[in-house]
Amino acid sequence: MYVSESRGSTPAAASRTAARGLPGPGRRSAVASTVLALGAVSLITDVSSEMVTAVLPLYLVSGLGLSPLGFGLLDGVYNGFSALVRLVGGHLADRGGRHKQVAALGYGLSALCKPLLPAVHTLPLIGAVLAADRTGKGLRTAPRDALISLSSPPEARGRAFGVHRAMDTAGALLGPLVAFLILRRAADGYDAVFTVSFCVAAVGVLVLLLFVPSRTTRPSPATGAERPSLRAAVALLGRRELRGLALCAVALGLATVSDSFVYLMLQRRLGVPDRWFALLPLGTAAAFLLLAVPLGRWADRLGRWRVFVGGHVALLLAYALLLSHLRAGVLPYAVLALHGAFYAATDGVLMAAAAGSVPEALRSSGLALVQTGQAGARFCCSIAFGAAWTAFGDRSALAGAAVALLASVALSIRLRPAEAV
Amino acid sequence: MSTRDRLLVLLAGVLVLASVAGVAVWRAAQRADRRNQVQAGGPAVHAGTVSLAAAGGPRIVFRSMAWGPHRDELASVPAADPEGPRTASGVSCLRFYAAAGTGICLQAERGPVNDTYRALVLDSRLRTTRRVGLAGIPTRARVSPSGRMAAWTVFVGGDSYAGTDFSTRTSILDTRTGDLQPTLEDYTLTRDGKRLRAADLNYWGVTFADDTHFYATAATGGRTYLIRGDVAARTAVTLRTNVECPSLSPDGTRIAFKKRVPGLSPDAPWRLYVLDLATLRDHPTAETRNVDDQAVWTDDQTLAYSLPGDYGSDLYTVPAAAPGTPRLLTRSALSPSWLD
Repeated sequence: MYVSESRGSTPAAASRTAARGLPGPGRRSAVASTVLALGAVSLITDVSSEMVTAVLPLYLVSGLGLSPLGFGLLDGVYNGFSALVRLVGGHLADRGGRHKQVAALGYGLSALCKPLLPAVHTLPLIGAVLAADRTGKGLRTAPRDALISLSSPPEARGRAFGVHRAMDTAGALLGPLVAFLILRRAADGYDAVFTVSFCVAAVGVLVLLLFVPSRTTRPSPATGAERPSLRAAVALLGRRELRGLALCAVALGLATVSDSFVYLMLQRRLGVPDRWFALLPLGTAAAFLLLAVPLGRWADRLGRWRVFVGGHVALLLAYALLLSHLRAGVLPYAVLALHGAFYAATDGVLMAAAAGSVPEALRSSGLALVQTGQAGARFCCSIAFGAAWTAFGDRSALAGAAVALLASVALSIRLRPAEAV
Repeated sequence: MSTRDRLLVLLAGVLVLASVAGVAVWRAAQRADRRNQVQAGGPAVHAGTVSLAAAGGPRIVFRSMAWGPHRDELASVPAADPEGPRTASGVSCLRFYAAAGTGICLQAERGPVNDTYRALVLDSRLRTTRRVGLAGIPTRARVSPSGRMAAWTVFVGGDSYAGTDFSTRTSILDTRTGDLQPTLEDYTLTRDGKRLRAADLNYWGVTFADDTHFYATAATGGRTYLIRGDVAARTAVTLRTNVECPSLSPDGTRIAFKKRVPGLSPDAPWRLYVLDLATLRDHPTAETRNVDDQAVWTDDQTLAYSLPGDYGSDLYTVPAAAPGTPRLLTRSALSPSWLD
């Protein structure tokens, strides 16, 4: 896909045109080649990481004969560390415009973790390798999203993020399939899965190094006042628009129940049979894949903020279906479709919206700030939801989350921080 | 670099990496194929009839992991000659248990895009009488002493990036009425007189006292509990903490279990302990290695359990009372049941 699109114009030239926001002939229909290259990198990397994710439980239980329960491979402390890594990654990327280098560091670190997995045989060490893998993910996310936003004209950012997220999700869907094919060929060949996963990840790094231009912005005197520094990054929150956006993202994040809870509720409340349980995340991913581009385009046309808030309304509907006493056979599909639509309308769209409120020189830091706020809020929600479940039961906990979500949506509609974007 | 050069570099890189990947898969496939060859010095295995029927003579039925064409099949050996020739049944199971003519076999089923797992209820001639789809990777299986009730535990997880959430699901099936309780999480669990509800509540390792009462492990908030459950009332009550994978003695007075002993290395935290139900006091067995298994009582004095071995796992026995020494029972074997 990428190769055919990029032929005829070098990626660097294309992205420079895009970064200036010039409509240019044919630019309306084509997504910047940098975005496609980054999409390809994410697709390849997700194939690699989801291969590991898919076989890890089997590897631990069948391959190593371990009982993974009760170890908590990565704990809450790590989640805090991960948020910090994301901010650091954003800040490092902005200094000297090293988005590509920091992203490459992140992708490279994750790739190097793959061959380590079969070399360690105890859960604490496996936990450490997974933590390093996720550190790589934390480092690369903000610079990558900054590159996407910097290489797309502002009026088509929603679509650019949509294309990237769709490619990313396609990789996530392919990964388990590749792992399965390897295990089919070589029973118990977990080491082969990890080795192939490393090779795939290395191809991703190669594509990044070769096809993503290192400079997407030209230093201009106008950005001199926003020279990237930690203070400038923190000062971003002084900007009314970004502050409002981050506030709403945090408020909505505080009412966003984590995926595993949604799947657990699906099973408990709608009686999804056990043998389908492992396939539930695929339903969300499929809807996300199909809707990411159309909703990204909508976001460009109707306003990113509207689509972002609309995505949370979809999540609210999913909660409502889970709480309802309806018992139709299509309900689980409807919940998964709404859950996927929620991701399609929020994940890339928030970045597209936030990009408009952050100056180019601080793009990574700004996006990292918003992402970290959102991720932190969702983590708090998970803890609160678990506590509410313990105290009041699952139904009441979800009802509470629905009320909180309704309040956050109302707040977001009232604040309208990015209506102009 | 021109686009053409970049593509050439990419092509070269992909070729190199694809070769590495191809060799890795090829070597793993070779290794997998070797496991289908009979291992030198391994136990003799021949195809035959395995029966779970009562009065078939004292014997052990288990999953034979010995390399060769009968790898992972249910096999039987005379109880008096555990290292003797094995009779393989042709039925493959990952986990297995049997009592009074009823067997429960947890097996993998190959599908077009992934493997799924199912539980089979087997009659005394190993014919399948019921199939139940499973949500994850099988780990524990038990049948009540009468052969009527069956229970199993599977691991569910790996759906988040880097697979950090693992949970278990434990189901109980009444093989006479066909009534399936898909998860013990639907039970009303009481701790110190108060109902315990938690999103992180997990159950595993059922062991039956009779067709109504059982013991199992419940876990929440980083602690494990021994629970006593009632299948008919769908209730359970916690008895004490730090008990995993309980196994009730035939006389119903003691429970063998794996205990997380403080101060041990986090990658080998469990030791095999025995708990007296009357006093709720426990004592260690003579096995000093890490035991990650739900033990089986071969009689009222002896415990059998698996430890990792060169070919999957090996079975050992140890006296349930404190003194004594662990003894190797047989190699390349898992999930044993002692039948009369």
